[in-house]
Amino acid sequence: MHSKSTHDIAAPFSRRGVLAATAGLMLGLASISGAKAADDTIKVGVLHSLSGTMAISETTLKDTILFLIDEQNKKGGVNGKKLEAVVVDPASNWPLFAEKARELITKDKVSVVFGCWTSVSRKSVLPVFKELNSILFYPVQYEGEESERNVFYTGAAPNQQAIPAVDYLMKDEKVKRWVLAGTDYVYPRTTNKILEAYLKSKGVAQEDIMINYTPFGHSDWQTIVADIKKFGSAGKKTAVVSTINGDANVPFYKELGNQGIKAKDIPVVAFSVGEEELAGIDTKPLLGHLAAWNYFQSIKSPENEKFIKAWQAYTKNPKRVTNDPMEAHVIGFDMWVKAVEKVKSTDPDKVIDALPGIEAKNLTGGTSKMLPNHHITKPVFIGEIKANGQFDVVWKTPGLVAGDAWSKELDGSKDLVGDWVGKKCGNFNTKTNKCLGSGS
Amino acid sequence: MPANLSARLCSLLLSLFLIAFALPAFAGPFEDAVAKFANDDYSDTEEAIGVVASSGNTLAFPIISALQDGRLMADPDSKKVYVTGADGKSIDAATGQAVASVPDSASAVRLNNRLRRSVDAAIGSLTLQSPDIGARLQAAQSVFKSHEETSLEAVDGALAKETNRSVKAALGDARAAILLFKPDATEVEKLEAVATIKARGDQEAMALLTGMGDQPASVTKAAASAIGSIQSSLAVWSMVQNAWYGLSLGSVLLLAAIGLAITFGVMGVINMAHGEMVMIGAYTTFVVQEVIRTRYPGLFDYSLLIAVPLAFLVAGALGVVIERSIIRFLYGRPLETLLATWGLSLVLQQAVRTMFGPTNREVGNPSWMSGAFELGQITITYNRLWILVFTLAVFVILLAMLRYTALGLEMRAVTQNRRMAASMGIATSRVDALTFGLGSGIAGIAGVALSQIDNVSPNLGQSYIIDSFMVVVFGGVGNLWGTLVGAFTLGIANKFLEPVAGAVLGKIAILVLIILFIQKRPRGLFALKGRAVEA
Repeated sequence: MHSKSTHDIAAPFSRRGVLAATAGLMLGLASISGAKAADDTIKVGVLHSLSGTMAISETTLKDTILFLIDEQNKKGGVNGKKLEAVVVDPASNWPLFAEKARELITKDKVSVVFGCWTSVSRKSVLPVFKELNSILFYPVQYEGEESERNVFYTGAAPNQQAIPAVDYLMKDEKVKRWVLAGTDYVYPRTTNKILEAYLKSKGVAQEDIMINYTPFGHSDWQTIVADIKKFGSAGKKTAVVSTINGDANVPFYKELGNQGIKAKDIPVVAFSVGEEELAGIDTKPLLGHLAAWNYFQSIKSPENEKFIKAWQAYTKNPKRVTNDPMEAHVIGFDMWVKAVEKVKSTDPDKVIDALPGIEAKNLTGGTSKMLPNHHITKPVFIGEIKANGQFDVVWKTPGLVAGDAWSKELDGSKDLVGDWVGKKCGNFNTKTNKCLGSGS
Repeated sequence: MPANLSARLCSLLLSLFLIAFALPAFAGPFEDAVAKFANDDYSDTEEAIGVVASSGNTLAFPIISALQDGRLMADPDSKKVYVTGADGKSIDAATGQAVASVPDSASAVRLNNRLRRSVDAAIGSLTLQSPDIGARLQAAQSVFKSHEETSLEAVDGALAKETNRSVKAALGDARAAILLFKPDATEVEKLEAVATIKARGDQEAMALLTGMGDQPASVTKAAASAIGSIQSSLAVWSMVQNAWYGLSLGSVLLLAAIGLAITFGVMGVINMAHGEMVMIGAYTTFVVQEVIRTRYPGLFDYSLLIAVPLAFLVAGALGVVIERSIIRFLYGRPLETLLATWGLSLVLQQAVRTMFGPTNREVGNPSWMSGAFELGQITITYNRLWILVFTLAVFVILLAMLRYTALGLEMRAVTQNRRMAASMGIATSRVDALTFGLGSGIAGIAGVALSQIDNVSPNLGQSYIIDSFMVVVFGGVGNLWGTLVGAFTLGIANKFLEPVAGAVLGKIAILVLIILFIQKRPRGLFALKGRAVEA
């Protein structure tokens, strides 16, 4: 484009020629100012889908990072440099995630990337971050079984969400029979595998566990809800543990409500339903159903109130809700800023080494810490859905729970630990004292 | 004398002492229990519910029902508890005296699922003799569910006075449920109870019989045979249930596909933007409901009736615009049409995403579309029933339109033989535009119905486009009856496969079956014969 317009200048003087030349000149200027800007700003990549299926969840996270960058710049930026966001749209297309990640790192030269939602998108960008040695902050609760040098997991691992939720149901609701319902992909399948092993270790019999998978965007829940009802009529207290993803939840809850399954009869505890998802449902029939998260908008703490106020002012929408993955980005962003300020550099190796041990305040009144396995410590809350689409916290862990990269419930992973400080290894086997390396 | 004095002093002190201790005791267990509501602790609240419900105090019912509705306010500082009425008047829960206003520091007493169950049980035993038949029936049912031994006396009392037949039956069930779990009930009583529960024959009866724990041998045997007979009757009902679910899924498929049966089936346009027309219909419903909510909340139950013609007009008009601006240049070029309409579908999705945001929009169910009723042992939800009725109505109207109106005649003429129709004086390009508009408008109507059971998000259309094409191709392109039969066949087949194979495998199995079927009969179930085939 640029070279073509310089050719045009040589062409006979014409209106089109002038236009093209001006365009070329402007392009040139833009690239010069861009190059100049690179020296006194730090670029932050934002890799969240803004179109396609996942836009529903990820657009908010893009806005969150832009908001955080804005706030940080008001405080004078980082190490005397302003932060500059580079937003790309991977369009809910998993291979495109890898392409866009490569573009962010090589072309835009970003120092850090905040992004991804689905596990499959994270798996798709992993090789890129390893190859180009950059940093990814991943803000969503996920299935665990991973600890990579270039990735920092600020969402919940299964032991920070699923296991405490099941414990709550077992102790407080005296649940004896379990329906594990999920969408058919890696996160629900792994989580349910972990939960199944955990339930069996607690003495739950095989016939008291029903596992059910549905396709993405499943909308006809009549049969499954009737099955759950039937499964629940065996004379034992029954609960549903739902790893049903995003969009399919609305018709699922509608069917539950219509078939008259109340939370007091068969409670549903969900791991992917937060304030954003409930914004699209009439929540009155859902009263009392549960969700397990590390953050709820309704939690009263000075940090949270301040954040919600600033966020609603920034988005100019007094009804805009906040949710758990947003808080994960808030913590992750804060940790990254602190690490960069600590080593006074954005060099990936230095920042990666500085991050473990960094502490940042979470929005629920505690202080989260980055662990050597690149996961963080978080409190776990169980909330009941209220009629206004918010959650009422009915239970919480006494303190913060450290995230396990490798589940202690699964045979294949219970001996593994991730330790990027001492062992410099993401999958160190404590039994054999060997690092498995990137082969597995 | 001094001895006397000291004795008097002693007794005085003692009585003072007594008074000092008697004062709080004066408050009584009821008042103490009420104060516990202010502790914001679930176990304290549970204890309080138990004491208040069994206190016999006239305030018990107002307090517990206020707790159920979130109208019981507690002040954590003063430990005072208030019942606020629907009319805005409040009383002190402990004394029953009216208070001018509830302090600002008071907040509603919180409940969790365990407490909601205790509240239901308490309300049940408190309203067993309510003058209202509905309340009594509900009370009997909640006692049946909780089957607490303590309610037995209340149930017996109510049973003696009850005159209404259905309430009497419900009370009998409740009594049987209590006796089953009462450890000191006689064997005869228990056997009678098993027989009563068996007569119910539903899943709740199963739950009771399977969960009753250790029993005398004769009772266990009777229960086992009762379980067996309930199971076999439920198995028959589950077939009926599958058939109903199949019809319901079929009606959704038909509704989504019927517009496509016009644009693709009759006109032959591979319209990938069909799903987006459905989505636009759903968003029209959302806009209608928003306007109604803010301006005329009384009309909410009619919102869908208002949305149907509007959705038809909006989607239909958009269809006409699309046909005039894009599709008419692409007739006879299926590949280009496919690509152009697919691109268009992305444009429409992103346009809606920009306008309404990427998140789901809430479309409420009017009261006549919420809830369910029991038919034998199956639950039929109103929204599914209405969608089935609505789909059939749309189908009949469309069929009548094609058969009996001038436009319908022209449409059939143009699709059967375009040149002949043109030479008879029919403005074929106008008919093309209107036909496409009709198909799109019907897709819009489908969106109104689907907004009741699915997400209203920019992706709504995507989930229906594949299914719609599947139905039209399976039923036979160009044949509306084929679409009808195709939709219901696929729906019922899917619902009979799902319990066996699971939702994921069931869907795959259906796709494989269709592929095999199309191999055998490429023109679908009902192939068109005659000229139209060559045209």
